[in-house]
Amino acid sequence: MLQVLFDALSLGSLYALGALGIALIFGVMRLVNFAHGDVIAFAVFALLWPSVDAVAIVFAGKMPWFLLIPFILAVGAGLSVLSEVVVFRRFRHASPATMMIASFALGFVIRYFLLMLFSSRPKSISLLPALSQPVEVLGARMPLLQLITIVATLVMLTGLSVFVRRTRFGLEMRAAAENFTMARMLGVRANRVIMGAFALSGALAGAIAIILGSQTGTVDIQMGGAVMLMAFIATVIGGLGSLEGAVLAGFLIGAASVVMQTVLPPEARPFRDAFVYGAVILVLLFRPQGLIAARGTKERV
Amino acid sequence: MGQLEADNISVAFAGLKALSDVRLSVTPGHITGLIGPNGAGKTTLVNVLTGFQAPTAGAVRLDGHSLAGLQPHQVRRRGIARTFQGGRLFRDLPVIDNLEVTGVGLGQSRRAAIAEAQAMLDWMGIAPLADQIAGTLPYTDERRVAIGRALMGRPGYILLDEPAAGMSAPEAAELAALIRRIARDLNCGVLLIEHNVGLVLETCDHIVVLDSGAVIEDGPPAQIRASETVRHAYMGTAADSALPVLEVME
Repeated sequence: MLQVLFDALSLGSLYALGALGIALIFGVMRLVNFAHGDVIAFAVFALLWPSVDAVAIVFAGKMPWFLLIPFILAVGAGLSVLSEVVVFRRFRHASPATMMIASFALGFVIRYFLLMLFSSRPKSISLLPALSQPVEVLGARMPLLQLITIVATLVMLTGLSVFVRRTRFGLEMRAAAENFTMARMLGVRANRVIMGAFALSGALAGAIAIILGSQTGTVDIQMGGAVMLMAFIATVIGGLGSLEGAVLAGFLIGAASVVMQTVLPPEARPFRDAFVYGAVILVLLFRPQGLIAARGTKERV
Repeated sequence: MGQLEADNISVAFAGLKALSDVRLSVTPGHITGLIGPNGAGKTTLVNVLTGFQAPTAGAVRLDGHSLAGLQPHQVRRRGIARTFQGGRLFRDLPVIDNLEVTGVGLGQSRRAAIAEAQAMLDWMGIAPLADQIAGTLPYTDERRVAIGRALMGRPGYILLDEPAAGMSAPEAAELAALIRRIARDLNCGVLLIEHNVGLVLETCDHIVVLDSGAVIEDGPPAQIRASETVRHAYMGTAADSALPVLEVME
């Protein structure tokens, strides 16, 4: 029972972090960034030396953990900011649909760049191996990584929430997320706010990359895709643009997946995701605006 | 010669003249009224004065210097603030944050912005609203908060775009008192754009009447009240906008 709870929390953490990364950017510029998943993959591959072998040649990944983690976060943030400066800034006045297509294109560029250097073969990597040791918490056995994932996610979420509520930058970001044009007219420095949102979002992608990489022990240029899809669904269920909603829905989807994995009869388990999506459709039928609707998105004039 | 001045402003949208050769000036400590029937170009003029709309001809001058080419937030930083029709607050943020973010946008430190925001709410007598979410406020409070937000950073000029729309008579009277205090106590130049002609006649030192994009009358309230041209302009349009004028003119 407890085991299920921890599984649900750790999977939920992953989705919540992903959803938050998407919601942050959607909030300030109404962009659904489909390249987010590829930023996740890129952050992991930055640790490796280009090669097409099945075993990864670890390069930057040899650093001790206290350098490794900031390095991956910085790579995620850096790539994300770069994508804003090079690509999205040019689409500032474009329609959301155009920006979304641009994000797809950017995602392909990043993915094929990785493909070129590393091939599409999944590689095994041992990232922070110490974390796979099992620990016992309240009678439930779980890998240390799972515990760290949950704790780290909670710390990051709290930190981010304090940041958004208590700092000058957070204030500017909340105002911009609600009414970008008005915030700009009042002198809020729009480009800085947007770059900050991209940096945070990219750092979150880096965090996911660390968790995924050490959890599965393999890296693969497609690895961000699955998380990205679930995270995107979470932002929609949560209410596009609402940060709290994205986090809540991320955890809910994680929980739903784990619970279904446990309660579904074994023959039905391969179709678990179909049941999860079914639940998503049900939620949207009853609350099309999402669990926590962001007012700014509804009332654009 | 401190004043905000519209110097022969013309604006044309795809050949259609929205404003032609409009002259108007706002002086610190004084209230200037801007009235005119629907579609006369009042909001267009406010947009030009605040950098939201570039004039086709003419110039906006602040203390004699042209403001041509400045973005709205740069105009705001030079001390020309405005409110918008319908308030347009950040509806998800608390009242105090609405003011604070404006201070921050003007380049203040966060601490200074909070302090000024609180002082401003106190001055306006709406300090108890500080922590309410702006979107939940009743209409009149929303308008007052919008004015408070515009007053952040102590602008030299404030342009109020239909602040009394939808207010009852007592509420409008309260608003008039606030507008007088803004001019007198803050030595701020006020441009009051209103449909409520009674309010304008009663509050303003000087009134400019626009019709079809041109100034048709310009003078103190008594002169506007007696003006045959103004009466015609209002009579010539929809019956409902003629009503307030007739009432105050009896």
